[in-house]
Amino acid sequence: MIKTDILIIGAGPVGLFTVFEAGLLKLKCHLIDALAKPGGQCSEIYPKKPIYDIPGFPEILAGDLTKNLLDQCKQFQPGFTLGERADTIKKDNNGVFTVTTNKGTVHQAKVIAIAAGLGSFEPRKPKINNISFYEGKGLEYMIKDPEVYRNKRVVIAGGGDSALDWSIFLANINAEVTLVHRRNEFRGALDSVEKVGELKQKNKIKVITPAEIIKINGEKKVESLIIQKEEREIIVDTDYFIPLFGLSPKLGPIGDWGLEIEKNAIKVNTYDYQTNVPGIFAIGDINTYPGKLKLILCGFHEATLMCQSAFQIINPGKKNILKYTTVSGVDGFDGSRKEAPKSVIKSIND
Amino acid sequence: MSDIKLSIIDREGETHKLTAPTDMAMNLMEVIRLYNLAEEGTIGICGGMAMCASCQCYIKSNNHIPKMEDEEEAMLSEAFNVKENSRLSCQIKITEELEGLICELAPEE
Repeated sequence: MIKTDILIIGAGPVGLFTVFEAGLLKLKCHLIDALAKPGGQCSEIYPKKPIYDIPGFPEILAGDLTKNLLDQCKQFQPGFTLGERADTIKKDNNGVFTVTTNKGTVHQAKVIAIAAGLGSFEPRKPKINNISFYEGKGLEYMIKDPEVYRNKRVVIAGGGDSALDWSIFLANINAEVTLVHRRNEFRGALDSVEKVGELKQKNKIKVITPAEIIKINGEKKVESLIIQKEEREIIVDTDYFIPLFGLSPKLGPIGDWGLEIEKNAIKVNTYDYQTNVPGIFAIGDINTYPGKLKLILCGFHEATLMCQSAFQIINPGKKNILKYTTVSGVDGFDGSRKEAPKSVIKSIND
Repeated sequence: MSDIKLSIIDREGETHKLTAPTDMAMNLMEVIRLYNLAEEGTIGICGGMAMCASCQCYIKSNNHIPKMEDEEEAMLSEAFNVKENSRLSCQIKITEELEGLICELAPEE
């Protein structure tokens, strides 16, 4: 059982910044995310695209913003439950929430911050007969632990960045990788496409294009795939099949948590972004209120205000005053301290 | 510059006649969202970067629309429910050439 002060649903930019703001108030955070890595859309959909409206950054790549936010909150030692979706919530008589994921991980906290963006990302599944039978039996839509694939035969399908990047990664840990894509052209960063080309030359990756997987064979688990390449059908024996056709967000089980929902977003007040359920807040793209703008910078503001109310719920009656980091510095939970250097006071002698 | 008139057929098959400005650097996906013609969270998920296919639509009039760029073509090649007249509405800029455009939203994936 994981216990924390604020349980954050969603490890995107707004969730990560919440860890920092909560940390300044000495509140500990734990994050749950359906994706296998933090960053939300910024790392999953557009890590290599620039963002131009983060205050103080004339231009920053979404992937770099994620990295910076992780660095910024690191000293507050957030916990992560990744690759799992927050499914159920219960509140006990002491006001403590219990949130359980689809994999059965149990979390407890007095405050819940839903920073789930557009919802949890669910994989887009190719239309192949019986595909659900093979899920978890050699068929994976997401790579959580790449070590599983070391020295194994893996077929990856897809033509975007994740298909390319994972093909490269797995080939480099000696997986026998076959990459299958519907077109000859790949949609991804140029250096990744070139790298796959190099590995293909070295016979480290087999590339089959334009082709499509049309059937999965195997009695108990994935044993082979039938690939249609133009007019021909090719049978490829494999241990794993990983279709990477992108992800689409779904509000999912959060929609059944008794929260007021309007147009797929959670209604909050604009005092502290609390929902109709006391102790549950919603911040960032997932919330709605009059005048709402879905911008990362607005989510940062919402996270900051929300933490003030979270403090009062967690420490009822305790006095607290806004501190400036330049004045007070930052005391990490890891014992680290950041502070402004003292000004030098010295007279200038003749 | 003036507004143009468009007809959008939503996912329930209902036709909406609407106007859109040609001088606000908008794209067709944004116009569809502006008029709430598809549920929030089911269209324009990537924000308009041709990185998802949630704004796929079928063009049903003969307006001249600039050809697809590589990113759009690649994304559509991975999308579902794709037809001959499929486009990503986020990649179609609102210009005077779109006057009278008829477009139908593709089903949600």
